[in-house]
Amino acid sequence: MPSLQVQSLAVARGDRNVVDGLSFAVAAGEILHIRGRNGAGKTSLLEVLCGLRQAAAGSIAGRPDESLRHWVGHKNALNPALSPRENLRFWCALNECDAAGVDAALERVGLKALRHRPCGNLSTGQRRRAALARLLAVPRPWWFLDEPLAGLDHAGIDLLARLLGEHARGGGAAVLSSHQPLPADLAGVRTLELHP
Amino acid sequence: MNAAWAVFRRELLLAARRPAEWIQPLVFYAIVAVLFPLGVEAHDPALKVFAPAVIWVGALLAALLGVERMFRGDLDDGTLEQLLLAEAPTALLVAAKLAAHWLLTAVPLVVAAPLLGVALGLEPLAVKVLTLSLLLGTPTLMFTGGFAAALTVGAQRAGMLLPILVLPLMTPAVIFGGGAVRAANAGLPFDAPLYFLAALLALSVTLLPFAAAGALRNALE
Repeated sequence: MPSLQVQSLAVARGDRNVVDGLSFAVAAGEILHIRGRNGAGKTSLLEVLCGLRQAAAGSIAGRPDESLRHWVGHKNALNPALSPRENLRFWCALNECDAAGVDAALERVGLKALRHRPCGNLSTGQRRRAALARLLAVPRPWWFLDEPLAGLDHAGIDLLARLLGEHARGGGAAVLSSHQPLPADLAGVRTLELHP
Repeated sequence: MNAAWAVFRRELLLAARRPAEWIQPLVFYAIVAVLFPLGVEAHDPALKVFAPAVIWVGALLAALLGVERMFRGDLDDGTLEQLLLAEAPTALLVAAKLAAHWLLTAVPLVVAAPLLGVALGLEPLAVKVLTLSLLLGTPTLMFTGGFAAALTVGAQRAGMLLPILVLPLMTPAVIFGGGAVRAANAGLPFDAPLYFLAALLALSVTLLPFAAAGALRNALE
């Protein structure tokens, strides 16, 4: 798996650069934790890395293909009228992946009993778990996660830490933003501090 | 292609969960067409002259009712990001979504048109031409409306902006659609306006999904 190499990247939000002259690399087996205060450009940087937003300057080499990366934004991409299972099965069909792993993924994130309930009736943390179940339903080497811990309870944070650990040990890579510190027992984490 | 089919199926599933969204335009359409004759004199022969315009404008406004919400939900819940990041071309996914909306909101209008046409006193031939012109014209209305909805999805108060943007773009469809029915009513050849409607249909169905996809990509930036 080629590593992701970012060279003197600038990210614009409106008419100003929130990130300027940023260089870093992420290789297989690594977890990059992007930190920074509100407005430092964490979300915008992640959007540029996975291709939702154009970079204002600089270069990104080794950007993974659509079929090799997962994007879980701060919005969960769950339609409130559909159940977690329907939402995930739609996501699999949209990406032309096999949906066989959906039920097992929902069970792993603790939503087995709620999988037929409309997402609009689930709590914030439960919806977050449903969104993160995509990571398990279809294995992909690159994970881009925007504030994945937001809304999760302690058990949920531990679960995500376990998933990230397994992912990194299996040769995957993850780039994620979070205000909260990641659990200390998670290995292979590097921190990137964004200074506005 | 499977991805487009998935988008299409999801729209049908959502419509089954929220039937009000596609029943509302039909009710609105029926109300417009039924109330209009009450505003004129009883047995006024002018009604027959206005009938094609009433039915066409009613269909246009009814089709516009739900258009503003077309991409709003997907933007709010983040599904739009996943649509843009999917491997399948965004224009194809947008076309699938618009086609589903056409099937759900415009086809009932086309089916109801003969009834309303007869009620407004149109001749049998004119009723047939009216239905055909709506069948050819409503996809143009829906794709134009979808393009405008994509343009305004990130904007505040899109409800104000959208009709202003979209109504001028829809005038050709109304002119040719109404024109075909008028010609049929008068016993004149009506194929030329129908060909124009078909040309508009071909143009809007092939070009507007690309424009809408670009507008959606822009909305996230």
